Amino acid sequence: MDAALDSAVSIAFHGLAFAMVLYLVSVGLSITMGLMGFVNLAHGAFAAAGGYIAITLMNQADMPFPLALLIAALAGGLLGMVLERTLYSRLYGSTELNQVLFTIGLIFIATAAARWIWGPLSQPLHPPSYLQGEFDLGFRRFPAYRSFLIMAGAALVTLLWLGLERTRFGAQVRAAVDNRRMAQSVGINTSRLFTLTFALGSALAALGGAVGADILALDPDYALEHLVYFLIVVAVGGLGSIKGPFIAALALGTADIGFKYLLPQFGAFFIYAMTLAVLLWRPHGLFGRAR
Amino acid sequence: MTTLADGFPAAIAELSRRHRLRLSEMLPWIIAVACFFVFPEYLALGTQILISTLFALSLDLILGYGGVVTLGQAAFFGVGAYTAGILAVYGWTEPLSGLVAAGAVAGALGVVTGLILLRTEGLTLLMLTLVVAAMIGEAANKAGEWTGGADGLQGMTIAPILGLFRFDLYGRTSYLYALVVLFLAWLLVRAIVHSPFGRSLTGIRECVARMHAIGSPVLRRLVTAYAIAGALSGIAGALLAQTEQFVSLEVLSFARSGAVVIMLILGGAGRLYGAFVGVPLYMLAQDQLAEQFPIYWSTGIGLLLIAVALGARGGVLDLWDALLSRVRGHRRQ
Repeated sequence: MDAALDSAVSIAFHGLAFAMVLYLVSVGLSITMGLMGFVNLAHGAFAAAGGYIAITLMNQADMPFPLALLIAALAGGLLGMVLERTLYSRLYGSTELNQVLFTIGLIFIATAAARWIWGPLSQPLHPPSYLQGEFDLGFRRFPAYRSFLIMAGAALVTLLWLGLERTRFGAQVRAAVDNRRMAQSVGINTSRLFTLTFALGSALAALGGAVGADILALDPDYALEHLVYFLIVVAVGGLGSIKGPFIAALALGTADIGFKYLLPQFGAFFIYAMTLAVLLWRPHGLFGRAR
Repeated sequence: MTTLADGFPAAIAELSRRHRLRLSEMLPWIIAVACFFVFPEYLALGTQILISTLFALSLDLILGYGGVVTLGQAAFFGVGAYTAGILAVYGWTEPLSGLVAAGAVAGALGVVTGLILLRTEGLTLLMLTLVVAAMIGEAANKAGEWTGGADGLQGMTIAPILGLFRFDLYGRTSYLYALVVLFLAWLLVRAIVHSPFGRSLTGIRECVARMHAIGSPVLRRLVTAYAIAGALSGIAGALLAQTEQFVSLEVLSFARSGAVVIMLILGGAGRLYGAFVGVPLYMLAQDQLAEQFPIYWSTGIGLLLIAVALGARGGVLDLWDALLSRVRGHRRQ
């Protein structure tokens, strides 16, 4: 009985940490796809960029962990902003096929750049000493870094939710997701809004890629390798929402760890089956609206 | 007597001519046959190109004409490859019946999944195609007893085609075999897209609401097209299994589903010839770049894709049309 409880807690714990990383990377994708209807398959490349930048700063320049994370997120946001202004924005009105072609082209370039600069091997993340090892809560010991992931993730989710619900910017984003034309008519500068949300989403992805390098291995094929999971989070959660992807990431993260731990002979099969079932039951995702 | 045609003779004539075989349509086949004689040392790559062209051509039917954006077409390719491969491993060595079996199994999969998936649209549909392919890939990975799992399916023997043409070391038989199958598939797809059925597919792509309004059985049309495309993709996969005499899990991968979509859009989707332009362009560029720049070759491909996405919204064939019409315009002046 103790063993069963032990593995249940362990699955929940690791699943939660995985879910936080998935959420951080995917939430920006959900918002940008909901806002602009843009199929951005290259979203994972921003996460990879953030991860690479943070790890290089820490391992080569001995930068402290929090500062490296901050710079990685800012760099990711800046990269997103530049690419959105110069390239993405040209394809907003274009067909899905062109957007797929364009974003896969970006993935190819990002992959080549990563392989060229950092080599084909995955880059290890060395958390600072105060986040290594385990810490004791009296009744149980928990791995410190995973605990940090869960708490940091929870804090960010709260911040994001408050930002979207309580600020003027958040209200504009919600308005534009609901009805872009109407938002434009009442004087919201949607083009600037797109750029800002794109940058924010890229920054969050970069942060997720950096803190999650421990869980989602950081190698040149990152963007393509994990794309299916990011897309599942977005599609199951529902486009243009921040609550939906959170629930979806929680479900996917814990189910993935759980099934791989309990039924390794089936691999990721159940995850895909669950996704299929959810999307057939609710084609627009758990929290998406028909549009 | 006046008919409707009197008003629009040019338009009607144009419409009634569009299915006729033009001389320029023979160009790909002349090039393919010429390559057989001119580049005997590249026949392995050539066979790969022919097989991928067939795969992209089948995708064109559902994506280019039907307007179904799928990121899971490799499911059919892979199922076809494993069907042909497993038959060959267990002693069914006759290749042509292997192709037919692969097409039948992949087509049946198309009917079953199509009936479920094609009720949705947009991102949901794209995700469902992707997830179904991922499920089949994971199943093949775990069913190692049948598929060989991560080690790949090995140990097939393929009998000579029609009992006459043995698969040789230089890949001559493989190349011609793939070429003949591709030609027959092209005749079929060409007939389909010019048929009333094909025209109704285009109608569904352009405006599904109107097709519903005029009473067209949209779901049935789409499922039929999905199954035919699936069967042809399965045949392409079977060709790969038989000519390589090896099947790896890569045939079911997301990368393969993505690559075929890219190659088709690169050439031009919904044009029947997009596959014949995009696939050789992509695969030759990849082959050459990978040889010259083993580390960062994919930058070149990436730039090519971005340039086409931004510059030529209907693929390379679209650029060609624009060029052609400009030249003709000049002449007229």
